Amino acid sequence: MSDIKKRIRYNKFWNYLFLIIGLLSTLVGLLLLCVLMIDLALDGASRLNYQFLTSYPSRFPEEAGILSAWVGSFLVLLVTALAAIPLGVAAGIYLEEYGRKNWLTDIIEINTANLAGVPSIVYGLLALGLFVNFFKFGESILTGGLTLALLILPMVIMATRESIRAIPNSIREASYALGATKWQTVQWHIIPYSTGGILTGVIIGISRAIGETAPIITIGALTFIAFLPAPPLTPEFPFLSFQWLMDPFTVMPIQMFNWVSRPQQAFQQNAAAAGIVLMLMTLIMNGLAIYIRYRFRKKIKW
Amino acid sequence: MDHIRKRKLKEKAIEALLLLCALLSVFITLSIVVILASESFGFFQEVSLAEFFTERQWTPLFADPKFGILPLVAGTLLTTGIALTVALPLGLLVAVYLSEFAPHQAREIIKPILELLAAVPTVVYGYFALLFLTPMLQQFIPDLSGFNALSPGIIMGIMIIPYVSSVSEDAMKAVPMHIREGSYAMGATKLQTAFRVIIPSAFSGIAAAFIIGISRAIGETMVVAIAAGGMPSLTANPLEPVQTLTAYIVQVCLGDAPHGTVAYKTIFAAGITLFCMTLGFNLLGYWLRKRIREVY
Amino acid sequence: MTETSKAETKNLSFFYGNFQALKNINLSILEKKVTALIGPSGCGKTTFLRCFNRMHDLYPHNRYEGEIILLPENTNIISPDIDPIEVRMHISMVFQKPNPFPKSIYENVAYGLRVRGINKKSALDEKVEKSLREAALWDEVRNRLYGQAFDLSGGQQQRLCIARALATDPEMILFDEPTSALDPIATSKIEELIIELKSKVTILIVTHNMQQAARISDKTGFFYLGELIEYSTTDKLFTAPAVKQTEEYITGRFG
Repeated sequence: MSDIKKRIRYNKFWNYLFLIIGLLSTLVGLLLLCVLMIDLALDGASRLNYQFLTSYPSRFPEEAGILSAWVGSFLVLLVTALAAIPLGVAAGIYLEEYGRKNWLTDIIEINTANLAGVPSIVYGLLALGLFVNFFKFGESILTGGLTLALLILPMVIMATRESIRAIPNSIREASYALGATKWQTVQWHIIPYSTGGILTGVIIGISRAIGETAPIITIGALTFIAFLPAPPLTPEFPFLSFQWLMDPFTVMPIQMFNWVSRPQQAFQQNAAAAGIVLMLMTLIMNGLAIYIRYRFRKKIKW
Repeated sequence: MDHIRKRKLKEKAIEALLLLCALLSVFITLSIVVILASESFGFFQEVSLAEFFTERQWTPLFADPKFGILPLVAGTLLTTGIALTVALPLGLLVAVYLSEFAPHQAREIIKPILELLAAVPTVVYGYFALLFLTPMLQQFIPDLSGFNALSPGIIMGIMIIPYVSSVSEDAMKAVPMHIREGSYAMGATKLQTAFRVIIPSAFSGIAAAFIIGISRAIGETMVVAIAAGGMPSLTANPLEPVQTLTAYIVQVCLGDAPHGTVAYKTIFAAGITLFCMTLGFNLLGYWLRKRIREVY
Repeated sequence: MTETSKAETKNLSFFYGNFQALKNINLSILEKKVTALIGPSGCGKTTFLRCFNRMHDLYPHNRYEGEIILLPENTNIISPDIDPIEVRMHISMVFQKPNPFPKSIYENVAYGLRVRGINKKSALDEKVEKSLREAALWDEVRNRLYGQAFDLSGGQQQRLCIARALATDPEMILFDEPTSALDPIATSKIEELIIELKSKVTILIVTHNMQQAARISDKTGFFYLGELIEYSTTDKLFTAPAVKQTEEYITGRFG
């Protein structure tokens, strides 16, 4: 009897020890995140002011700012969203609603899964060869936006597919039973009900794209851009200009990278400040995604 | 009759359009392969395969250029190795803890924070590795040089934990409850159940998670570009500067290699090496993940 | 022949959150006999069974009231002072759906022993063979002890689970509808096995198949809506039930 009690105590000791180890392991990551954010804040918060947000980069760290960087980020992400959303959603809809179990869909699926794991810099090389050299889009916002769109495409496709899969078959059957065609069912049921999940996936994709540096460097985005791209609205007819798509640009993470690589302490402070802005943008987008996921989950309960 | 035919045509057209979008992913993969291969082909016209694989120096921008890929591969493997030493055990421990031990509320709080770990831009991690971790480590390891493989390796490791832990955890949660109950009914503790029953049952999923981690580490660019240095060297010493395949490509693109020169083509040679490494792992991971769905 | 009690429940009640699933059950389980529990779905018989090895402790919002006294130790096994793991070291369970571990046949049977710290090959070999013989599985698997348990048929898997439960020399074995997922031939093999086993260990079995209860048990309890309606020797319960509800259930008028 006491043998068993001893054994139980032995087993439970290791069990408890593991509980501690497991908890500590989990806290390692969380701890790092906190230390990182505090370090960034301590290094760079003092540099954050209106001047910083509205100046161009400069040789003098006190005068440098991130204006061209965040405008560039915004415009590039605009192109990214406009490209990735329709293409990704369309692909997701095809795979879930139209695809049959054949070799073609298998190949598409293997490819999508593989692309999700391709290093981002390889996307940069692809863009260099395809968009810059072949299509001759040059080192422009269009190229940057399309590159990031390709990067987040697998994410959008997966988010679309999962949202669509969550819709019970009974809804589809109800629609068909009333005489609707496949496209009508997709248009009026599938897309509206999966919007929440798709939106969440898109926002998470965009938040990843905000921080992407390597592919943008590869296509030749310059790190010293002391001007803004051409404005989209012009005073003459036709009032809308697409010139900005072809302009050179820079983005937030590249600006931060550029400053981190300089030895002067003042530039490193700039880098920290840029990092804070970048982190805030990322946190806001992630928070937005979580909020949308929560709201849509409340509205639609399968 | 006529409007029914028009409607059928419209349906077919829409389906074709959607199929084109789906085929995009195939097109992207093909483009990657074609571009990498054709530029590399140009590269290998000028540099022999033998030199590429056996030469021990990578100095393509020097007056007497050497084109041995080994130093870059060594840099990649060294940083990846350090990262995985951190990420794989910790990732698995976290997954076991969250899946078998943690109370429900704790999971709900911890999981989103871990996801945040994966969402932080890699430049920020690079900044942290260079300007916080390296100086801190130098206090304990005086031989540590300003650019080294250890600091970015550790940061990459922690950055990858959420990838490993979330896929592993999904795999463990998929093990049906009645198998767990079978173990508990025999008087086993959570620890014994987790390691003797759950992990073996969830093996393919956990292996897939490990492979995702490996892929992610191999492909990481900015953390190593910022904190590991720009000097390729064939070494296994984590205290020295190294350069990875990814960081090299960044270095060239920041510079001024004109289109068409050998220096320009080197980035594609490095790129295709990288792509082949990750492709192998990705396919393995995909096959493993398909296997979990079959077992249950 | 004197019949000794192995376990006695005293005013046992059980709550899933606010829902009372068991109401003041008083029952005496006889040693080295088969006691069967019958009743319609949701009547509480499985809930009752799972109290004996503290399975409910694995899930939140569960609460026991009353006592289950295990004899001859005279301990209340549902007392919060008693460690569930210790209870499970003495009382084993066989589940409705066969749940062998994804391990070899040998390792499945040896699992309970390893948990108890017995790792020497010679000791394990002996116990594994003994348990497999007692579970009437030895002849079928003796040549593939290291093969995967999943390769066995459903009926064989269940007998493996029984061998696994026997290997640790439990004082009592709980069977939760052990044959409901099996075909008739496998079912009858297991029923034979249970009748043989009762000479070695006390058995408590839940079944929704009345004929099975009539075939193999010595005493039967009829549960309905969380209450123990009637409890007597099997013969008597099925031929001359004392309570009208029991008679209605047995004759198929409901459930």
